[in-house]
Amino acid sequence: MSNPIDLDPFARFRAVTRARIGLGRAGDSLPIRAVLDFQLAHARARDAVHGHVDFAAMAARIGGQRPVIHLKSRAADRSTYLARPDLGRRVDPAALAGVEKGDWDVAFVVADGLSAAAVEAHAEIVLTACLRRLGDLKVAPIVLGEQARVAFGDEAGEALGARMVVVLIGERPGLSVPDSLGAYLTFGPEVGRRDSERNCISNIHADGLPHETAADKIAWLIREALRLGLTGVDLKEDMGAAALPAP
Amino acid sequence: MPSYAILLDRQRHVFDDLKAVMAAASPEKSGDRLAGIAADSNERRVAARYLLADIPLRTFLEEPLIPYEVDEVTRLILDGHDDAAFSPVAHMTVGQLRDWLLSYECTTAALSALAPGLTPEMVAAVSKIMRNHDLIVAAAKTSVVTGFRTTIGLKGRLSSRLQPNHPTDDPEGVAGSTLDGLTYGVGDAVIGINPAGDNLDACMRLMELFDRLRQRFDIPMQSCVLTHVTTSIKAVEAGAPLDLVFQSIAGTEAANRGFGVDLKVLREGREAALGLRRGTVGDNVMYLETGQGSALSADAHHGVDEQTIEARAYAVARHLKPLIVNTVVGFIGPEYLYDAKQIIRAGLEDHFCGKLMGVPMGVDVCYTNHAEADQDDMDNLMFLLASAGVNFLIAVPGADDVMLNYQSLSYHDIVSLRHSFGRPPAPEFEAWLHRMDLIDGDGRLAPQASSVARRLIDYRASA
Repeated sequence: MSNPIDLDPFARFRAVTRARIGLGRAGDSLPIRAVLDFQLAHARARDAVHGHVDFAAMAARIGGQRPVIHLKSRAADRSTYLARPDLGRRVDPAALAGVEKGDWDVAFVVADGLSAAAVEAHAEIVLTACLRRLGDLKVAPIVLGEQARVAFGDEAGEALGARMVVVLIGERPGLSVPDSLGAYLTFGPEVGRRDSERNCISNIHADGLPHETAADKIAWLIREALRLGLTGVDLKEDMGAAALPAP
Repeated sequence: MPSYAILLDRQRHVFDDLKAVMAAASPEKSGDRLAGIAADSNERRVAARYLLADIPLRTFLEEPLIPYEVDEVTRLILDGHDDAAFSPVAHMTVGQLRDWLLSYECTTAALSALAPGLTPEMVAAVSKIMRNHDLIVAAAKTSVVTGFRTTIGLKGRLSSRLQPNHPTDDPEGVAGSTLDGLTYGVGDAVIGINPAGDNLDACMRLMELFDRLRQRFDIPMQSCVLTHVTTSIKAVEAGAPLDLVFQSIAGTEAANRGFGVDLKVLREGREAALGLRRGTVGDNVMYLETGQGSALSADAHHGVDEQTIEARAYAVARHLKPLIVNTVVGFIGPEYLYDAKQIIRAGLEDHFCGKLMGVPMGVDVCYTNHAEADQDDMDNLMFLLASAGVNFLIAVPGADDVMLNYQSLSYHDIVSLRHSFGRPPAPEFEAWLHRMDLIDGDGRLAPQASSVARRLIDYRASA
C-alpha cells in the first residue's frame, strides 16, 4: 500500500508555492475538480471587477462622523471605464463644480478601481485606522470616487486644495486574491501627475498586508511626504523592520 | 503627403494620409479607439479596406508611416529592405498580395524567399484585409526554423515554453512548477521564468538552478531568465550559465526607449550570448516578447495603429536572428484589446505577420481578469493557432500565473494540442522524453505517480 504522501508527488512543494502543480489528468486534460476550482477563482475575480461598491451606504456610514463628497469619474459605466482609462482618471466636471477649496493637509479618496470586493472589504477599515493616527492633521472631507482610477485623486485633491492625496483603490484581481486593496499617495495633487511621483502600498487583504500595518505605513508616508514636500521615487518607505509583523 | 478618398454610393470617405487609411482599415481594437484613430463607422472601416486593397506595395517603401529621420526602426526597415527578394511581388497591390498568398503558386519555399523583401507595413496592410481564415491558411504555409539545443519550428511539430513563475523566486517553488511541466513534455522551446526583480544575483541563481537541472538529466533544452538585456549582459560578464538573452521590444524607437533599449544595446546582448557558444544545434540566442498596444501605452505610436506598430517590432526581431519571439497578446488589458474577439484576432494577426516576415513566432495565449475573456476563448485561440502552424505556445501550471496574475494555457493544453494535431515536440526533446520513458510510442504521458516521473519530480533543486 502506498502512503498518502505517495499519492501526491508534489506534496513537498505545496508549502512554498500556490502554483496549480500536480493537478493530475483526465486523458490529456485537466480533471474536473481542477477545472471547477479554476472557474470559481475566475468567477470571483470577474465579480470583483464588475461588482458595484455601495457608495450611498458607505457615504451614510462615514457621513455620521465627518463630511463626505461623492464624485463620479467621466466614465459613465463599467465597460467605458475598462476601455477608456483616460476617462476614469478625470472627475465628472458637473460634480467638480460643487467642491470647495480648503486648507487641508491631506485628502482621502476611496475609489472602486478594479475590485469592488476589495473596497467593500477593506477600504473603510483602513481609512478609519489611518484617521485614528492622524488626529493632529487637517483632513479634507472624504471623497468617494465612482468608476475611478488612481489619477482621479489628482483632480479631486486639487479641487479640495489639499497638500496631498491618498487614494484607497481596488487592485486588479488575480485568481488567488480577488479583493486586494492598494493605497497611492501623491503630494501636490494636480492633473498630469506621473506614476513615478507617487508612493504605493499594495496587497492589503486577508492573506497580505494587515489593515493596521497598512495604516501604520500610510500614516508614516503621509507625515514624511508633508515634511519633505514630495512623494515618489525620492521618498522611500523605510519604517524599519520592527514595525512589520512576522510573515 | 497625398490624401486618399473613395466614393461608396453617395458617401465620400476621405483619409488624410496612408497611416489614417491603415488605422481605419484595422479590425476594431479598443487601443485604436483610445488613440482616437479608429474608424468611426463600420462603413468607413470597409471604405478604408477598399482603398488599402488598391494601394501598390511599393507605396510603403516610398511613404514611411513614421519618418526616416526620427525613428531608427524606420531606418532599419528601409535600409535593410531586400529588393531582389521583393521582386516577385513588386508589381502587386495589397489586394493582389492577399490573393497571391492564398493561391496555389504561393508555396512554403516561395514565402521563405520572399520574407526579406516584405516590410512590416506591407504585411500589416495585407493582414487588415484578410479574414481570420486567410490569416490561418497563409500562415500555415510559412516555415521559420531556428535552433539552440533544440530545433524549433519544423513542420509537424509544436513546441512550448514552460513558465515556472513564482512571486518570490523561491527555488523550490520554481522547481515544483518546472518539474511538473517536464513530466508533461513541456519546455522544448524554452524554460523561461519572469524573475520577481531585476536583481543580478537573483537572476544568476535562477540561471544556475536551470543549468544544474539540465545537466543532471541531460535535457536538450535552453533556459532563459526574462530580465532586462543589460542585466543579461552583466550576467554573461559574471560567468553565469546564460543560454538566451531576453528583451521586450516594440515597433518604434521611442517605445523601445521606454523599455530602456535601442538597437545597439540589443545587438550587444546578442553578441554577449553568442560569445558563450552554448548552443549545440544552432546559434539563435535571443528570446523577444512583443504585444499590440505597448507603443501607445508609452505614448510612442506616432498616430499609427497598434497592429502596424506591432508588425514593426518584428523588423527589430528579425534583425536579431532570435530563437523564439512571442506576442503576449492578451496581457496588456482591455484598453488595448477589449475582449476575446479582439484578443483572438490580434493573436492571429501577430502570428501571421511575424511568420510572413521570417520571424520564429509563438504566442502567449492569455488574458487578464478585467478583459472580457475566459478559458473557453483561450481554447479557441490555441486551436486556431495550432491550425496556423504556430512555432510555440506558452504554458503555466493549471493556466494560472501566480506571479503575474493573469491566465495563460495549462501544461495540459500543450499535450492536448499535440495529440489533436499529431504534432510532437522538437525532435531532440522528443528523443529525450523517450529516453526517460516519460512518453510512449503514441505520445501518451507516464502518470506522475509512476516511478519514471518520480525520478524527475523527486529532484532536489537546492542540492
